[in-house]
Amino acid sequence: MQMRAHLDELEAEAIYIMREVAAECERPVMLYSIGKDSSVMLRLALKAFYPEKPPFPLLHINTTWKFREMIAFRDRVAKKYGVEILEYINQDGLAQGINPFDHGAAYTDIMKTQALRQALDLYGFTAALGGGRRDEEKSRAKERVFSFRNASHAWDPKNQRPELWKLYNARVNVRGEEIRAFPLSNWTEADVWRYIQQENIEIVSLYFAKERPFVRRDGNIIMVDDDRMKLRPGEVIEHGKIRFRTLGCYPLTGGVESDADTLDKVVAETLGALTSERTSRVIDRDGGSASMEKRKREGYF
Amino acid sequence: MNTLLKFATCGSVDDGKSTMIGRMLFDAKLLFTDQERTLLLEGRRESGEIDYSLLLDGLMAEREQRITIDVAYRYFTTKRRSFIVADAPGHEEYTRNMAVAASFADLAVILVDVTRGAAIQTRRHLRICAMMGIEHFVFAVNKMDLLHYDQRRFEKVERELMRMAAEYEIRSLRIIPMSATEGDNVTRRSERMPWYVGPSLLEHLEEVDARRADAEEGFVLPVQRVCRPNRNFRGFQGQIEAGSVAVGDELTALPSGERARVARILNAGAEAERAEAGCAVTVALDGEIDVSRGCALVRGARAEAADLFSAQILWMDDARLVEGKSYILKLGTKSVPAAVVRIRCKIDVNTGDEVPADAVYKNEMAICEISTSEKIALSRFRDHRALGALILIDRLTNMTAGGGVVLQVLRRSRNLFRQDMAVTREFRARQKGQEPRTVWLTGLSGAGKSAIANELEKRLAAMGRHTMLLDGDNVRLGLNRNLGFEEADRIENIRRIAEVAKLMNDAGLIAIVACISPYRQDRQNAREIIGADSFVEVYVSTPLEECERRDAKGLYVRARSGEIPNFTGISSPYEPPRAPAVALDTSRVPLADCVEAVLRALREREA
Repeated sequence: MQMRAHLDELEAEAIYIMREVAAECERPVMLYSIGKDSSVMLRLALKAFYPEKPPFPLLHINTTWKFREMIAFRDRVAKKYGVEILEYINQDGLAQGINPFDHGAAYTDIMKTQALRQALDLYGFTAALGGGRRDEEKSRAKERVFSFRNASHAWDPKNQRPELWKLYNARVNVRGEEIRAFPLSNWTEADVWRYIQQENIEIVSLYFAKERPFVRRDGNIIMVDDDRMKLRPGEVIEHGKIRFRTLGCYPLTGGVESDADTLDKVVAETLGALTSERTSRVIDRDGGSASMEKRKREGYF
Repeated sequence: MNTLLKFATCGSVDDGKSTMIGRMLFDAKLLFTDQERTLLLEGRRESGEIDYSLLLDGLMAEREQRITIDVAYRYFTTKRRSFIVADAPGHEEYTRNMAVAASFADLAVILVDVTRGAAIQTRRHLRICAMMGIEHFVFAVNKMDLLHYDQRRFEKVERELMRMAAEYEIRSLRIIPMSATEGDNVTRRSERMPWYVGPSLLEHLEEVDARRADAEEGFVLPVQRVCRPNRNFRGFQGQIEAGSVAVGDELTALPSGERARVARILNAGAEAERAEAGCAVTVALDGEIDVSRGCALVRGARAEAADLFSAQILWMDDARLVEGKSYILKLGTKSVPAAVVRIRCKIDVNTGDEVPADAVYKNEMAICEISTSEKIALSRFRDHRALGALILIDRLTNMTAGGGVVLQVLRRSRNLFRQDMAVTREFRARQKGQEPRTVWLTGLSGAGKSAIANELEKRLAAMGRHTMLLDGDNVRLGLNRNLGFEEADRIENIRRIAEVAKLMNDAGLIAIVACISPYRQDRQNAREIIGADSFVEVYVSTPLEECERRDAKGLYVRARSGEIPNFTGISSPYEPPRAPAVALDTSRVPLADCVEAVLRALREREA
């Protein structure tokens, strides 16, 4: 028997996980953040169930502060592949004018974590597929592929279900309990990029270097995506070739100066990079290295 | 082509495991710069040296307690290979986490402290890894620096390890002398141990062929789901676990045994002529046969349809394994109700000794027989991993309570069934996880027997106990309707109640009897019927004056007026128990405390 290539093995594993979720969970949904990992997830879902369409909808938690290019990309993808993408916005947060400039960590909590919880409750989803990877962050490294969340959507790291072989336990009892399943658990950032290259997967153009307006803030390059951007005293808008390694809310996502404007160049640059990816997402720095674990305990993905 | 090696590391922080992994990442320049920054910021101890282990201990509780609680997965790539490390904590109490890591891996690196030699925990690590199917091992004999890199001391430990490993079916074994703190033989060969001619740990991991040496016989595809987008297509989706398949092959469906030929294969969604082990496929057949999720499509495989088998299991739940209790068994892609019908023995995780047992607790290993509610596709773990590995899920809590491997498929002969499945009083009691008892409340009318009985039953129910309340008045309305209050009838009344309570106990229930039962001899008869061990006599000793004052049913007034003859306490005697388990005067003790006293008496009987 020939040894299988690393990427083939990861692809088959992810498909297996998605099929288990579809087969065992009553009402699954796939979280769709529009980023590159979501693009990979969608491709895997299309492959996993073909010739059937993925037997679950996609869910986008919109904070209303996403890059405009992301929203355009999302709508195009839904149409192209004929998949249903649900959008959820925390209307309370919106009405209160919660924004990333004035509300800091509360913004992430209200517009992302709480919004996600509200959406899961609203639709009654019993399982959510996410693109999280164990190489991203310390607490993710300890999370199961099928991660049980209690009726308040919280993760209890000390009471995880043992996960043996690929015998995933997807059982939930009470209404509100749910499973978060992570088909890309064993992928690294490099694997994601190589797979995008191998499969020629379309990703948002923000990943490619282009002349864009930005300011320098606290050591980060923040793109000025629309006129809601509040400039601090002394900040000037610069123009230059920048690109993004991760995507999120534009005021909270740090870009890098780069000339990589093709997929091959981006992959080459990324694989040679010396900073792991979440450092460019500003929100993770709040609260030190334990902040992700805290948010996960509160229901964050 | 870049291949992937999944390996587990076993050992405790004391063995220097985290330091070894941290060192591997550090030396191989595999750390991202921000992780290095974290390391420098958080990792300074008094000495000012880098603490590599802080790279790995992720959870808040782990950093606070400086221990590893759960398995952590780490990823790194060298020029030659990609690696996933499942890093398992070494403490005995985390045996289940080691099993989690081992089930994920193809190879195990077991840390051994050379100053302590092959310790009990080394045996435990080896045993768990072997049980979960690992066939490739590395012993990293660490802390060589503390013994000045002494060759003879290493060889002594090496001999011990070889002896230990000889008990298992091991395909590749490498024993490497190492100093993780100094970096000897972690990524680079050490110059301080010229007598060691083998590779460094990382070199070995890059080179080792950890494929399963015996490719499994035949073709196995456990079906995950049926894909039916329209009436013209019905495909079976799953991952090929053994062998290969080509269009035109005849496959057998298990458990039905029906056969059909492969009409189409989709490999990861793309049309294919053939596909091999590891591929996620959709297979369409040329005939309509009975296949659904949980079935397996096989050809020439050592698999069959069966509903009884022996297994080696590792228990992982806080609640003990109970013989006869119904669990959900997940095996392959099938989930089915199942029960452990017999625990053959426990296996001491440290020594391997077989010890008789009738219960299995968390982190213990056992050999047992499992019966499923229907026939499923099964095979021995050694023949087919995918159809021989299982978990047991608690039906109430949904926790993954145990995991294990199929040793032998058993035939269910009638004889075996009778012998092994004898549904005895003990069996039913164990099923309910309780000791059956009869709580016999005796006392005057109006003393508070029914109140205590009702409250007691509620408390027991809340504790998850299974109970049945027999109230004297109610029994007289039904079962004992034909009995009066003459002496013979009174004896018969108590006899019948005692017999019913005994049946309840035989069914595994806790029976609560509330009945005046004024005569010592009648209660003695009841004790003999029920059995002295099960009979818990509770004397509700509320004085007559208080009972008469309460007179909830107006009976005392009627008895005093002579309307009711032979009324206990008025016109008929009450003989108090000489040595009740508990005596309770409800005029002085609040109801809740009375119930508490009875519960205490029940607990004392259990201990």
